[in-house]
Amino acid sequence: MKTYLSLLSMFGGLSLLSIGGGNTVLPDMHLRAVNGYHWLTDSQFADIFSISQAAPGPSILIVSLVGYAAGLKVAGVLGGLAGGVLATVAMIVPAATMMYLVTMSWQRAQKSKLRHAVEKGFAPLTVGLILATSLVMSRAADHDWRAYTITAIATVIFVRTGVNPLIVVAGAAFLGYLGFI
Amino acid sequence: MSEAAPAASRVSLAEIALTFNHIALASFGGGLSAWSREVVVDRKKWMGEEQFLSAMTMCRIMPGATQVNLSVFVGGSMRGFAGAVAALLGLCLVPVAMILTLGFLYFTFKEVPAVKGALHGASAAAVALTVTMVIKTGEKCLTGVVPVAFFLAAFILNGVLRWPLLLVLGILAPLALIWAWPRERAVT
Repeated sequence: MKTYLSLLSMFGGLSLLSIGGGNTVLPDMHLRAVNGYHWLTDSQFADIFSISQAAPGPSILIVSLVGYAAGLKVAGVLGGLAGGVLATVAMIVPAATMMYLVTMSWQRAQKSKLRHAVEKGFAPLTVGLILATSLVMSRAADHDWRAYTITAIATVIFVRTGVNPLIVVAGAAFLGYLGFI
Repeated sequence: MSEAAPAASRVSLAEIALTFNHIALASFGGGLSAWSREVVVDRKKWMGEEQFLSAMTMCRIMPGATQVNLSVFVGGSMRGFAGAVAALLGLCLVPVAMILTLGFLYFTFKEVPAVKGALHGASAAAVALTVTMVIKTGEKCLTGVVPVAFFLAAFILNGVLRWPLLLVLGILAPLALIWAWPRERAVT
C-alpha cells in the first residue's frame, strides 16, 4: 500500500513538473526510483528506457514500467500490473487536465491576435525543433553509418513515393532483427 | 463549436479514439509526432498545417508528454471534454497494455535480445519519418528569409548546441510572436 501511495505522489508531482516534455523529468525519476526507493537497478532503468522509447505509443509510458517494477517487488506480477496502471494514470491525468483547460481557452480565442501570431510564428520554430529532435534521437539510439544509411534511404522513399511508411519501418525492423543494423 | 473546423464537428468519439490508437500503434521505433501530423493534417484534414505545428510547440511548453498533450488538444478542439478523453484513451490504452506485456517479459526473463535489434532497426526508419515531416512541413511554412532564420536558430540552438528547450523558446518565441503579430495595414 505504501508503495502505491509513493507511486501516486511521485508521478502526480512529476506530471506537473514535466514542462518541456516528459524527458525533462527523467533524471529526477531515475534518481528517486533507483537510488531513493530501490525499485529497479541502474541497468534495469536503462533497459526499460530503451523499451519505452521504441515501443508503440508515447515514450512517457516508461512510467508504466517503473510502476510495474515497484509493484512487482511488493506484490508479484498482479501487483506489478496494478502499479503500472496507477503510475501511468498519476503521470498523465494532472498534466492532461491542465492541457484540456488551455485547449478550451484557446478555442474561445479564435480571433485573438495572440492566437494568430502564435500559429504563424511558432510554425517555423516547431519545424526547427523537430529536426533537432531527430538529430538527438539518432545520437541517443547510438546509430552508426549503417543506421544513418537506412535513415537516408527511408527518407527518400517517404518523400518521393506514397509507400505506406509502416512497410518501410517494418522492413528496417526486420533488418535490425537479423542484425544488419 | 468552432467555425474553423466545420468538417471536424461531426467526427464521432469512436473515430477519434480509433485514429489516435492507429497513430500510437504505427509509431513503433518512434516518430510519433510525424505520424500524428501525417494522420491529423494530411489524411483526416482535422487541422491545418500551421494550427497543428503551433499546437505542437504549445504542447511542448505545457507540462506533460508532448504527444499526450497533443491528443488532448486535437480531441478537445473537436469534441470538447469527451473528445479529449477519447483521444487520450485511444493514444494510451493499447500501448499501456503492450508495454506492460513487454515489462512482464523483461522482468521475468531478464532480457529481450531479438526485440532489441528489431527496435533498433525500426528506430532508424522512425528518424527518417521525422526528417520527412521536416521536409514536408518546411516546404509549406519556410517561405521567406525570416521563417528560415527562425527554423535554423531553433535547430542549431536546441539540436546542435543542445541548449535546453525552455531557454531556446524563451529567446525565440517572443521574437517569433513579434514577427508574426498581425499588423492592421500590412495585410497580405
